[in-house]
Amino acid sequence: MELRKNYFADQRKDDLHEIGQPRPRSDSPGHVTGKTAYFADRNFPGMLHLKMVRSPYHHARIRSIDTSEAEKHPGVVKILTAKDVPHNVYTILILIQIGPEDETVLADGKVRWKGEAVVAVLAETERAAQEAAAKVKVDYEVLPAVFDMQEALKPGAPIVNEYHGQNYYLYDSGECRKVRFGDVEAGFTSADHILEQSYQSSPIEHAPTETTGCVVVPEGNDRFTCYTNTQAMFFTLDNTSIILQMPGNKLHFVGGTVGGGFGGKVDVIVEPIAILGAKLTGRPVCFIYSREEEMQISSPRAAEKVVIKDGVMNDGRIVARKVTGYTDAGAYSRHSPYGAQKGAGHYPGPYTIPNVWIDTYCVYTNRTPSSAMRGFGVTIGDFALEVQMDKLARLIGMDPLEFRFINAYRDGDMKAHRQPTEGAALIECMQEASRAANWPVAEKYLAMSSYAKGA
Amino acid sequence: MAKVPVQFTLNGAEKAEFVDSGTTLLHALRDKIGDTSPKGGCHQGTCGACSVIIDGELRLSCLTLAETCNGAAITTTSGLSQGGVLHPLQRAFLDAFATQCGFCTPGMIMAAKVLLDQTPNPSRAEVVEALSGNICRCTGYEPIIQAVLTAARSNSQRAA
Ligand code: FES
Ligand code: FES
Repeated sequence: MELRKNYFADQRKDDLHEIGQPRPRSDSPGHVTGKTAYFADRNFPGMLHLKMVRSPYHHARIRSIDTSEAEKHPGVVKILTAKDVPHNVYTILILIQIGPEDETVLADGKVRWKGEAVVAVLAETERAAQEAAAKVKVDYEVLPAVFDMQEALKPGAPIVNEYHGQNYYLYDSGECRKVRFGDVEAGFTSADHILEQSYQSSPIEHAPTETTGCVVVPEGNDRFTCYTNTQAMFFTLDNTSIILQMPGNKLHFVGGTVGGGFGGKVDVIVEPIAILGAKLTGRPVCFIYSREEEMQISSPRAAEKVVIKDGVMNDGRIVARKVTGYTDAGAYSRHSPYGAQKGAGHYPGPYTIPNVWIDTYCVYTNRTPSSAMRGFGVTIGDFALEVQMDKLARLIGMDPLEFRFINAYRDGDMKAHRQPTEGAALIECMQEASRAANWPVAEKYLAMSSYAKGA
Repeated sequence: MAKVPVQFTLNGAEKAEFVDSGTTLLHALRDKIGDTSPKGGCHQGTCGACSVIIDGELRLSCLTLAETCNGAAITTTSGLSQGGVLHPLQRAFLDAFATQCGFCTPGMIMAAKVLLDQTPNPSRAEVVEALSGNICRCTGYEPIIQAVLTAARSNSQRAA
């Protein structure tokens, strides 16, 4: 590792003892000896195994559920349906007042995506739970489904989620998150060139090596210990408390050791139903996703579509940018309204553009609910923006790196969402990148700095 | 379900258990015998997290039936360190930051151990090949490859 000390030298005291020093990770000794305790390394006598009966349809009404055959299967201890869940309709971001509650722990009357949890089977062995789950009979009336965001936004499209009533998340700003800065149309009128492009991405699965799950132990005093690989301990505890209508002090969550998460383990999915199973049976319960469930059921990164229209001058200045972003939440909100909102603030990119117009939509479709993943809401946007930057540079015959220097944000610049830029370091990063990649730029760009213009 | 007896040595110690016929070695080791160092990442032979050494050969314990291991000598990552001293591979993984979440680590170390036991001075290509059945999703392949090469060097220095 090399620490460059010539940048921002006046802002730094060179009395740091840890930064820049390699230090052993505190968890590595456990990893290399096989001693680190992941949730599934806990085994308790009498532990039951939970398996889900899942919807084979993307969108269907549930006419009836018949568990009688499954109940007779040897080893089955308990079968749970929607009516067993105290507060079945929830949404995780309700903890920060982002509603409405729009998702069921176990499907009630309807399924909205293929793979949705309908019935939970608890049995003495994993195999018995699996075999019994296959004997649960669910009578479905298949409904028309919508998989494409543009189709979902058309009038007359099948409504995916009645708790929203329309196929987009209704922000306090209306049907989308909006950023308005300067006069974008005047910017386009004054521009030498205009370039409009669409970018699109598919959902991406995190595929952690350890699948999602938890082990719950009833402590015999109305308290439950939940060993979990959630990435969001208190978020999960608080949501579980709401779903099970159980005070938080009855719930003891043990975790922090996660076999790969990448954002895929921040939804509250396995814990509430496993704790409910432990409560109703008085037995320890293990609910762990199979590899197939991890790949097919756990939330992926959202599919996104980004339409960018830029006005650019021959001298390299971007004078107007209009972005319409679409985030495919799938059937339920989870973290996606927040992801789409992040995009709205982010789309100008690290560039100072005087006239900006942004609309970002969080759209509901009958696809697997999407949620968090490493920089969700901005990562796909960055891909689109930087490809667009290259295309703009080519359009005006300019070096793509020099083009970015011209537009780079600097301290004191006002961003489109009205946050003044502070602590910018883009110019310095690009200067270093130009050297490291042996991609020379004109001297005047090497003389630039992120400090406020004129300062 | 009919139980079958299985008896083998695990990291040098005698073990005997009755298991359901069809029980995987992974399940027997983790849930019956209590050695949780082999991990279950897929239970279908695709991730390598459950790798163990049976009679000197690298095996996926999720695809090995416990009842086929009678009389075998089984080694897992939990048996590598002796008297609190880390095995050179464990030391190298630690020093090279070759673990992040650590879930793939025991399987990686097993695969690396079989390689070094059979090929004490492997080329980089041989290391890559030997680890090719083990998935790391925290994108630690480069540090892992370096750790194995470092362990090979420290082994050959000790041998010299
Ligand atoms: S658990 Fe055996 S290969 Fe994945
Ligand atoms: S360190 Fe996480 S899978 Fe390898």
